[in-house]
Amino acid sequence: MEMLKVLVVDDEPGIRSGISRILSQFIVGYPFMDEDIGFEMMEAATGEEAIEIFHVNKPDVVLLDNKLPGMDGIQVLEYINQNALEIEVMMITSYASLELAVKATNIGAYDFVPKPFTPQELRASMENLTKHLFLKRIIQRMNKEGKQIRFQFLTVLSHELKNPLSSVEGYLRMMQSRQAGDSLEDYDEMITRSIKRIKGMRNLIMDLLDLTKIESGKKPREIKDTDLVKVARLSAEAMGPMAIQMEVEVRFAGLEKLILPADPEEMEFIMNNLISNAVKYNRRGGKVIIRFAREDNKAIIEVKDTGIGITQEDQSLLFREFVRIKSRETRNISGSGLGLSIVKRLLDLYDGDIVVRSTPGEGSCFKIELPVNTR
Amino acid sequence: MINKDKKPRILIADDDPDFLFQLGFVLRKAGYEVDVFDNQVDTSKYLEAHRPDLAIFDLMMERDDSGFVLAYHAKKLYPKLPVILLTAVTAETGRDFKPGNQESKRWIKADLYLEKGLHPDEIIAYVRQFIKS
Repeated sequence: MEMLKVLVVDDEPGIRSGISRILSQFIVGYPFMDEDIGFEMMEAATGEEAIEIFHVNKPDVVLLDNKLPGMDGIQVLEYINQNALEIEVMMITSYASLELAVKATNIGAYDFVPKPFTPQELRASMENLTKHLFLKRIIQRMNKEGKQIRFQFLTVLSHELKNPLSSVEGYLRMMQSRQAGDSLEDYDEMITRSIKRIKGMRNLIMDLLDLTKIESGKKPREIKDTDLVKVARLSAEAMGPMAIQMEVEVRFAGLEKLILPADPEEMEFIMNNLISNAVKYNRRGGKVIIRFAREDNKAIIEVKDTGIGITQEDQSLLFREFVRIKSRETRNISGSGLGLSIVKRLLDLYDGDIVVRSTPGEGSCFKIELPVNTR
Repeated sequence: MINKDKKPRILIADDDPDFLFQLGFVLRKAGYEVDVFDNQVDTSKYLEAHRPDLAIFDLMMERDDSGFVLAYHAKKLYPKLPVILLTAVTAETGRDFKPGNQESKRWIKADLYLEKGLHPDEIIAYVRQFIKS
């Protein structure tokens, strides 16, 4: 059981011990909380004493009477605000000073319990406050984790962009100081290499733009009847020159038409990525087979290659951002490491799924399932 | 022991082909024999068969600790072989990872750590500290 530390600040010992007794036996449960929450009670007779306890015992909640001998409740509340202490305050006030209670909630008290209160009223108030505190903490934690993921993403991104920049800079410096001689031809290889790195960087930036558009939800989506086979054929055509260079044969199988309500651009991105991967990571003289089918209420698209394959361990990393499988076979193949993670995100928009089956050395098969609404 | 008639031989391992090209180019121009590899496995095999006069390893290749492993391997085979490790750890994480204390110096077998991103020209200056001809 998780314990919340509760400090009761009241100059009347009877009220202090009464509240302590009621709450120390009280437990708050909530369907979506992993654990029940109980209360560990502390007491203070004056505001000054309370402030000392704030710093030593760090209570989560303070039940605060306004009428105190030295500094009053409002002053204690102001102290909490000024020092940005993470303490939730519940005022204990008599009905006569309702105005004061309102003032207190305006300057940051969570709620108030009017005196005199029944044990039931006290428990109900505490239950509300506990749930509020619980949700607040969950939100804080989620924000923090979100920031953490963002930070890791940016670290990797800056690395991926910095590497090509420094290579190109290196070549330019070599040219500037005429390292290879005075004739331009001496620098042909450096120029070709520079252009290759710049292309890679541009692809990364384009992929990144796609990703941010999807993430921000700002990419305008246009859902209309789209023939996936046609989209795939166009992608394969665009990949033609590379396939010829690699001597890879791209073939189609299964349905000759597969029409779904979808955003054609998104489908094009998905097909481009899968088909270009199947060509890039293939072997000379290899094959790519793109198969379309319908099973029950699903559209099935398979992109199968006879390439280098992916180990079990690497398969689990494949759909993460910036994951590029590093091996001797892949080291000369360029890629942003974003393609498949974007494919996965796009498919999420359709409640679709993608799985990979692969045997290293034999090839991989990426299978997409898209639900078809039979309206 | 450097043979006066033979050029000193430098081994470089880095998974960035352009960095290999550039550093290799500059070092060859400066009069060294250079052998380059872009992965840990091939570099290890090379070390078994050859003793270079200096080795320069990138820390992260196919594994995050490839450079450490290679440095360890190289020093085990040739305790007096000078080893330079190239790392981008500081630039990337903002953390200084250089082995400050004796404990880490004992297990990280490198003679010098250089930040990645140094221009090949600047690396030559360090290379000359180790190979005096």
